[in-house]
Amino acid sequence: MIEFHLDSRSGVAPYMQLIHQVRHALRLGLLCLGDQLPTVKDVSAGLAINPNTVLKAYRELEYQGLVGARPGVGTFVTGTLSGTSLAVHEPLRRELRRWLGKARRAGMDEESIEALFLSTFRSATEEEIA
Amino acid sequence: MIWLTWRQFRIQAVVVSAILAAFGVLLLVTGPHLVTLFRDSTFAGCHSNCATDAGNFLSSPLIGKTYHLVYILGAALIIVLPGVIGLFWGAPLVARELESGSFRLAWNQSVTRERWLAVKLGVLGLASMAAAGLLSLILGWWASPIDDAAGVGASGGFENRFFPALFGARGIVPIGYAAFAFALGVLIGLMVRRTVPAMAITLAVFAALQIAMPVGIRPHLITPVRDTTTLTASAIQGLGMNKDGQIATVFAPASSLPGAWIYSNQVTTAAGSATLGAPPQACQSQQSFQSCATALAQKNLKQVVIYQPADRYWSFQWLETGIYLTVAILLAWGCFWWVRRRLT
Amino acid sequence: MTALHASGLGKRYRQRWALSDCTLQIPEGRVAGLVGPNGAGKTTLLHLAVGLLAPSAGTITVLGGEPASGPAQLAKVGFVAQDTPVYAGLSVADHLRLGAHLNPGWDDGYAQHRVDRIGLDPAQRAGKLSGGQRAQLALTLAIAKRPRLLLLDEPVASLDPLARREFLQDLMEAVADQGLSVILSSHLVADLERVCDYVIVLAASRVQIADDVDGLLASHHRLIGARRDPASMPGDQEVIQASHTDRQSTMVVYSRQPVLDPAWTVEQLSLEDLVLAYMSQAANGSRGARPALEVQR
Repeated sequence: MIEFHLDSRSGVAPYMQLIHQVRHALRLGLLCLGDQLPTVKDVSAGLAINPNTVLKAYRELEYQGLVGARPGVGTFVTGTLSGTSLAVHEPLRRELRRWLGKARRAGMDEESIEALFLSTFRSATEEEIA
Repeated sequence: MIWLTWRQFRIQAVVVSAILAAFGVLLLVTGPHLVTLFRDSTFAGCHSNCATDAGNFLSSPLIGKTYHLVYILGAALIIVLPGVIGLFWGAPLVARELESGSFRLAWNQSVTRERWLAVKLGVLGLASMAAAGLLSLILGWWASPIDDAAGVGASGGFENRFFPALFGARGIVPIGYAAFAFALGVLIGLMVRRTVPAMAITLAVFAALQIAMPVGIRPHLITPVRDTTTLTASAIQGLGMNKDGQIATVFAPASSLPGAWIYSNQVTTAAGSATLGAPPQACQSQQSFQSCATALAQKNLKQVVIYQPADRYWSFQWLETGIYLTVAILLAWGCFWWVRRRLT
Repeated sequence: MTALHASGLGKRYRQRWALSDCTLQIPEGRVAGLVGPNGAGKTTLLHLAVGLLAPSAGTITVLGGEPASGPAQLAKVGFVAQDTPVYAGLSVADHLRLGAHLNPGWDDGYAQHRVDRIGLDPAQRAGKLSGGQRAQLALTLAIAKRPRLLLLDEPVASLDPLARREFLQDLMEAVADQGLSVILSSHLVADLERVCDYVIVLAASRVQIADDVDGLLASHHRLIGARRDPASMPGDQEVIQASHTDRQSTMVVYSRQPVLDPAWTVEQLSLEDLVLAYMSQAANGSRGARPALEVQR
């Protein structure tokens, strides 16, 4: 069973951090189909966070098709991520390199590129979720 | 709630019980001996005119000295007990909770604060009354030979039970005192909210009332009897002069009123004046006291005694207990009012 | 059902109003944080909610009932006062017995289990416990009577960081387990961010804002841009706090719609920043006579 942690200074909402950690574990193969996620009670008690936060993360993962809740029993992994990654990675990586090249030629330094990328990434992610 | 009341009250209850038990043992051990002394005395077999026999019994060596100590100790203990109860059982009851903030724990359990107060007042109030009643009972049993004798001819530091200083040490009034002192302590604790000041104020108020009662209130509860008799020679036992050579006092104790509570015993002229004038010739020279007394009797003086007869003793006991219990109930009602209205 | 419903609630001590014109509707099922500077009226509000105080003005109902109006109402609401009062002369086990005798809904198994887990010695007198242990004991007493709503007055203020974390962990476990609603007051905002999903800011004895955390964070933004007079901002953007240099203005604004003006760099606020903005606004008295902002749904 995976264990969650929270980085209270990252600026990322707690529920999003939980989602990321589940997805990361799925990608690395630490979580497999049929594995049970820690109960809402255990997560909220372990991290001292509001149970609704955990519920929200689990619901979003369920919406993403990665987990399913069995009432009275717990939440279990129902989907995987690793399958899609390899095939899709290469073209995306090439596109990203081209974009990075463009940004450098436009005169942006490393920090500006990172800032531009992160702010666009965050607002786009939020729009997706909202 | 009863468990909690007992658990918080444990130490105070044990301390008072220990003191009462220790004294009770003393009384139980010496009581039978006292009874034996009584049965062996001339006073026990006396049928009339027993004042001297009574006096002899009371001044006999064992009773006059050793048992006198126990007698005084018992009177002191029972007079002090209600005050102690008010101070250590009553005043801290709520004041300590308010002072320490623990009322914020107690009043958020599933018991209303009225019920909380009611159980505490009820259990501890009954305990107070029981403690006082028990002590009075056992002290009264122990002292009954002495009280009987003192009722006929008080002497040697023993008083009859109607005597103001001793009235509160016998009978049922200690129960009233204890209930009153306890309720007073609780209410003052509620109002003052600090334990030590509440104890001090309770003591002051209680002491003031315990002094005011025999001095200013009890004498007026029932109109006393006023007896005017002609002063006979046999009644006169002494004569006192002032510096002008006039009669200051005529000493004539009211020995025909055993066990009574005498307010005043005055010798006046036939007209009622307290100035008795010059002493007769027979008293100024060195003649026998007998002729002085006879000469005085011929002046047609009156002896005015204002008193409560001995048979009114229990009326006074019931009246006074009733008064104290009524006040205690009013104070308890005040506690409920205060806890609901004023502590928010 | 509303956990707490206050309408025009006020409390006066002699001349001073400790709380005035307080209108709140806190829904059930939330962990609500009551934040504000010292002396803002947080303790007063909580004491009014448990019936330790009576209102001077307005009304308050808790879980649909009048505070402390009877044993049933008292059983529904658990409370831990500031400084976590306990009976110094009673042992830990005695405190549990107290709870068992005075509360019909007492869950003794839970209480004993918790005392075990915290590591308290049942025979130890409560006066000898450390601050953290006392707080845990008081929390045990409040939760074991199985209330629907738990009110906590600065429960972690005097605890060391470890004790604080353990207290909040146990609280969250109870919330997850029993569906408990919680209202806890604190003047430390950082703790509340993890734990609260509803926030009430109380400052200058008034409610400044009260809403779900998600709603608050979505509707408040930090705007950074060229220097601008706050009064010239559009009507649908309410400026909560503004600071200026000669060239730049930084403003915290409340706006239901997203701010799309390209002249501004729009940033998300942390809950702490948001709360501080409202508290400083109250401290500056810039609210004036305007009524407290309460986001309606």
